[in-house]
Amino acid sequence: MVAAVAFDDVSCAFGPVIAVDRVSLEVRAGEFFTLLGPSGSGKTTCLRMVGGFQFPTRGRVLIHGADATRLAPYERDVNTVFQDYALFPHMNVRDNIAYGLMVRGAEKAGRYRRADEMLELVHLPGIGARRPAELSGGQRQRVALARALINRPRVLLLDEPLGALDLKLRESMQVELKALQRQVGITFVFVTHDQQEALSMSDRVCVFDRGRVEQIGTPEEIYDRPATRFVAGFVGAGNLLEGAQARRVTGLDAAVMLRAERIRIAARSERTGGDAAGQRTVPGVVKEVEYMGSYIRYIVEVGEGVELLVNHANLGAGAARRNFARGAEVALSWPESACHRIGAGAA
Amino acid sequence: MSALLAAAAAPAGPLRWLSSFLYNRRGLYLALLLAPPLFWLGVVYCGSLLSLLASSFFGMDEFTGMIRREFTLRNFVDLAAPANLDVIVRTVAMATAVTLGCAVIGFPIAYYMARYTRGALRAAFYLGVMLPLWSSYLVRVYAWKLLLAKEGVVNWVFAQTGMSWLLEALLSVPVIGGPSLSISTLGTFIVFVYIWLPFMILPIQAALERVPQSLLDASADLGARDTATFWKVIFPLALPGIVAGSIFTFSLTLGDYIIPGIIGDSSMFIGQVVFLQQGTAGNVPLAAAFTIVPIAVMAVYLTVAKRMGAFDAL
Amino acid sequence: MRSDGRQGASRALKSAAIAGMAFLHVPMLFIVMYAFSSEDQTYIFPPPGFTTKWFGVAWERPDVWQAIELSLQVAVVSTALAIVLGTLAALALARARFFGREAISLLLVLPIALPGIVTGIALRSAYGLAEIPFGFWTIVVGHATFCVVVVFNNAVARLRRTSPSLIEASMDLGADGFQTLRYVLLPNLGTALLAGGMLAFALSFDEVIVTTFTAGQQTTLPIWMLQELVRPRQRPVTNVVAVVIVALTFLPILAAYYLTRGDEHASGGRR
Repeated sequence: MVAAVAFDDVSCAFGPVIAVDRVSLEVRAGEFFTLLGPSGSGKTTCLRMVGGFQFPTRGRVLIHGADATRLAPYERDVNTVFQDYALFPHMNVRDNIAYGLMVRGAEKAGRYRRADEMLELVHLPGIGARRPAELSGGQRQRVALARALINRPRVLLLDEPLGALDLKLRESMQVELKALQRQVGITFVFVTHDQQEALSMSDRVCVFDRGRVEQIGTPEEIYDRPATRFVAGFVGAGNLLEGAQARRVTGLDAAVMLRAERIRIAARSERTGGDAAGQRTVPGVVKEVEYMGSYIRYIVEVGEGVELLVNHANLGAGAARRNFARGAEVALSWPESACHRIGAGAA
Repeated sequence: MSALLAAAAAPAGPLRWLSSFLYNRRGLYLALLLAPPLFWLGVVYCGSLLSLLASSFFGMDEFTGMIRREFTLRNFVDLAAPANLDVIVRTVAMATAVTLGCAVIGFPIAYYMARYTRGALRAAFYLGVMLPLWSSYLVRVYAWKLLLAKEGVVNWVFAQTGMSWLLEALLSVPVIGGPSLSISTLGTFIVFVYIWLPFMILPIQAALERVPQSLLDASADLGARDTATFWKVIFPLALPGIVAGSIFTFSLTLGDYIIPGIIGDSSMFIGQVVFLQQGTAGNVPLAAAFTIVPIAVMAVYLTVAKRMGAFDAL
Repeated sequence: MRSDGRQGASRALKSAAIAGMAFLHVPMLFIVMYAFSSEDQTYIFPPPGFTTKWFGVAWERPDVWQAIELSLQVAVVSTALAIVLGTLAALALARARFFGREAISLLLVLPIALPGIVTGIALRSAYGLAEIPFGFWTIVVGHATFCVVVVFNNAVARLRRTSPSLIEASMDLGADGFQTLRYVLLPNLGTALLAGGMLAFALSFDEVIVTTFTAGQQTTLPIWMLQELVRPRQRPVTNVVAVVIVALTFLPILAAYYLTRGDEHASGGRR
């Protein structure tokens, strides 16, 4: 199957600054593909190269198998939802949405009908006559979406579209976007720096750091089996141990990642028996306690300056498991399979 | 639905091809955009300036009155003649005085505008400064000619308040005085300040507006009283604006020949000399040489001003 | 700085500010008053009486109408040229970063930064060298040259306030460069260009220094005024014309202000 979008050894430099460094990747047709990374990691530049707003200084960009590297944006079967929505302020909502059809010469009645259909699709019926300035952030975001979908592009690019929304709205939009993608059936390429967002919405995630691809995989692969130290540190909360510390705490001679929620915490006095097979236990002292709502975060010192992060599910005050205070003596245990060796690691 | 889209196929055509061609060649696109304005300003305007510079090196045959196109430094030597030096010094002195006058009168207005007005009142003030700026220069000069005349308003006010003796005293001071306010260096000074005042107010106001309130709060929080905050925080930040405004007042005064001609007495300013030389005397080379003086002065002034950050305040 | 809410301005500051504003505006009020003054010399204060007869006299003067007509024609053509050149320059310079950008900005400001007499005599000597006779176009060339920067400033301020993603969005949706210009850029620029044009018009209509050097025998309205100032024929008529000029330039400036409110915040600060 031809990939929807393919990067073939693409680099993009702005003078001496290399924003994208020899990136190769493939986005499968119909999937929800996320580019994830911190600011300045090159993910937005990659998206812009797919859209045609930035030309690579090296390499090829292919869209559905055809070389699109130096095509103008209007020559590509790709549409974009911009971070600031970029709605035309001097046009009302209906004209904004119908713009893509208008510039291709569609006649008024037909394109207005289609615009209204798009408004239905994004659950905003009847606001066609309003101006962008009169809309809320969430409404503008949906209008931008409707506008980008009216041309039925084969690939939709979304540049951190949920960044400006507040938490509750963002979470509901995440669910809606995912459902929309399944409904419309086209390829979505989504850029975000929020790893929670990436994990919850994507079919596959591509993690960027400083212009390079660190790992491409499903959310499970990224989370449970990070390929590099950067991915392990960037996604989820965990403990990264190396060298002598790794050996002492986990018994493994490698760079090891241990997720904070996989560690069980119990009062030291209760852990008198030996370890079950495949389990590992270390004693420790609680240094910090943070109440996070759905879980409690502990920072536990396990000797010689090594501190482990433990996320302990909050099962309520009356539950069997007690919560621990600072200075409490505890025992931490985890199944050895929870330790993940990090393979290739950039320093 | 797909019929609609099929009918609305992407328009091909020469314009679209041109657009894609230029999209790929950004340098060419910029060059095409800039060609007409650059041609106009570069060739036409700069060309004229260069020809002016060139002609300042030409000589004029005194008998025939024809310009001889041969290289000579005679014009610049002439500039050093006492009468001419006099003109230059007088003009520069007036420009300095006008700049100071504008700064002193303009600063309170700008300060009040930036700090104590809001909304409709600020808009009113802004318009109040903008309108004189853009409305007719000659009308405004003319207004003062009427006001300063012997039977005009200013004299009447002095007479009514019993201060005529003060006016007489001022007018009898040798350099700045004259037969009447409307024919005196003092009068010229007043009119210059009046005309260029908006040029000084707007940059100061813009610079002051950019001072965030949080800076002033921090200063007060750290224990500074109002006067200290003013001199140590506000004034230094307003200074680029003052310098920016002074560029205008200085430059405009250096080259002006109309106000001294209408309000002044017979003492000449650079602008008037230039006008006379190229006009009735036909001595364009000498006039050109004289023009170099304000250009040179402004070049120095602009370099100093740039270093003081005035360009960011424009 | 926002309005200092803690305390009002000191009385000294307030009176200084108001006195300054009065200094700026009161003289003009006198001109208006003098236009209605009934005596011949019209600078005698207080005026003996009031009349509107001078308006009628001015209406009959053919030289006044000729001067007005020439000024209008020059202003219209110069403004049109300035709008075209200024817009082109603004489109190129508003966001691009390339070698020589600052130099070009300086070049655009030069005609208005250098004293008018320099521009005037430079153009005059150039016309002399190239042996171009004085006429309508010699005046227009001078005016257009310093009007360009006025339009340019307005256009750049508006372009800087316009999000670049608007242009990208337009192209993304299928519009090429020309369509984007027509459907997105120009509608957004429109009022800024209009405002710049009106300011350029006012500037050209009022210009006298450069014009005296480039006009030859022709008389624009400011030149007419200058002649009247030096050798007055009928002072009251001059007053009337002055009032009319003020009224004529008042409206475009007011309009220009309202069209571009909000742009000035974008244009200050970083270049």
